[in-house]
Amino acid sequence: MENEICIKAESLDLFYGDFQALKNVNLEVAEREITAFIGPSGCGKSTLLRCFNRMNDLIEGCKIAGKIFVDGRDIHENTDVNLLRKEVGMVFQKPNVFPMSIYDNIAFGPRTHGVKGRKNLDPIVVESLKRANIWDEAKDRLNKSALGLSGGQQQRVCIARALAVQPKILLMDEPTSALDPISTGKIEELCEELKKQYTIVIVTHNMQQAARISDKTGFFLLGEMLEFGDSSQVFSSPKNEKCEKYITGRFG
Amino acid sequence: MAVRQDKTAPLPQKARKLSGRHRAPYTFLKIISFVCAGIAVAALIGIIVFILIRGVPHLSLDFIFGENTAAHPTLVPGLIGTAYLVMIGAGVAIPIGILTAIYLSEYAGKGKVVRIIRLAIETLAAIPSIVYGLFGYIVFVLLFGWGYTLLGGGLTVSIMILPTIIRSVEESLLSVPSIYREGSHALGASKVRTIFSVVLPNAAGGIVTAVILAIGRIISESAVFILTIGMLQNGIPRSPTDPGTSLALNVYYFASDWPELSAATAVVLLVLVVGLNLLATGVGKLIKRDRQ
Repeated sequence: MENEICIKAESLDLFYGDFQALKNVNLEVAEREITAFIGPSGCGKSTLLRCFNRMNDLIEGCKIAGKIFVDGRDIHENTDVNLLRKEVGMVFQKPNVFPMSIYDNIAFGPRTHGVKGRKNLDPIVVESLKRANIWDEAKDRLNKSALGLSGGQQQRVCIARALAVQPKILLMDEPTSALDPISTGKIEELCEELKKQYTIVIVTHNMQQAARISDKTGFFLLGEMLEFGDSSQVFSSPKNEKCEKYITGRFG
Repeated sequence: MAVRQDKTAPLPQKARKLSGRHRAPYTFLKIISFVCAGIAVAALIGIIVFILIRGVPHLSLDFIFGENTAAHPTLVPGLIGTAYLVMIGAGVAIPIGILTAIYLSEYAGKGKVVRIIRLAIETLAAIPSIVYGLFGYIVFVLLFGWGYTLLGGGLTVSIMILPTIIRSVEESLLSVPSIYREGSHALGASKVRTIFSVVLPNAAGGIVTAVILAIGRIISESAVFILTIGMLQNGIPRSPTDPGTSLALNVYYFASDWPELSAATAVVLLVLVVGLNLLATGVGKLIKRDRQ
């Protein structure tokens, strides 16, 4: 059974000034699946990820040609970027909890979108922390600074914070590259759990990780997507020669 | 460290001699630089001790707060004048400075306009304060026809402290990691919400420090006020449009006829400014610690 298409990119080109970071990318991301982007540093995989919630808008001199659809809507036309980002959450490479209490971190998003009062916020905070598998570790210190948590815990708070605004899609930009193996394992388990409800796109340098958790994998090189397909196929019998070399560790 | 290890290691006689000779220039530099650092500290201690010895015996509550007459001048006019100048100068410069810094760090980017604004700020910072005084004299005293007023002095000094405020506030805004801004934007927060809820609270320590130091600069400024507020010792200013004097000007005013009062005023001024500096460091640290 094929899931419905959630994100679609059509002949996408992206420029940082004169440098072309993405070249004619065409891609379809299916709903409630984990799609992984792999490839060597600077290949454009993070850049593509940041296109989906228009984070590249914040970068001066960044120009985009081509189209991106989220849930069938062109995100560059008649779209409130803040509502787009509510629908398409993001988790970053380095845990970036705000220097405030755990509670306020989770409540930041809902408050931004107009939820007020502890009566309304409390259930969202609890639910989000539970979904991100951090509730047991955080419940006794909700009013303490989130900076007191370990890196792995902080990253799960970041995931909870993203879930608190009830997104449909979760973009993860190398979410475990700053974490130890145990924390990484916890985040991977969490991703498996979350994909029942959310569409996840994850950028990773860790090919075992991509093979372990993703349903589809895209391989990027120098701004081009050279291979895209079911992860089992991409990792066992890649069609593209460079993709095969990369996966088998002969370059990258 | 390496040199120290050489000392304990059993080295051949020849090598030890060699290393000793090589060490000589370093030791020499160390002594010279230590002496120079000592001069700086000695100068500071010298000034403080000198002023305290000359000034403290003449300090009294009556001198600071007592009734001010021509034969028996007190600090009351200076204190009131300084209070007015701080309120006007800081009241005008702080909001403008903080907003300018927000524009430069959060909105401006790297265009040509920004380069011009930055050049203007750098240049403002390099102008000697007496030139600001002259500007205030020509514009507020003469051109506007206000005569000598605390308002004119306060406005002039607000222009003078503006570049310092802008630069230090901008620095504390830029020190807020950009991953916080990204995190906020990624949750759908607007630029304004990001600035008020994430950037400014994290820069609060630096901003408060900048504000307190700016107040300190107004209190210790003199050249601007010599030409703008009239240095009027005999009379209490009732409104910002009156002429007046300031604590720093009192030091100058008393110097020829009442040198002991000049020193006593200097003690008050010193205590105020050093106190503000300590407060600035303390508050900055406190806010920083509070957020971690």
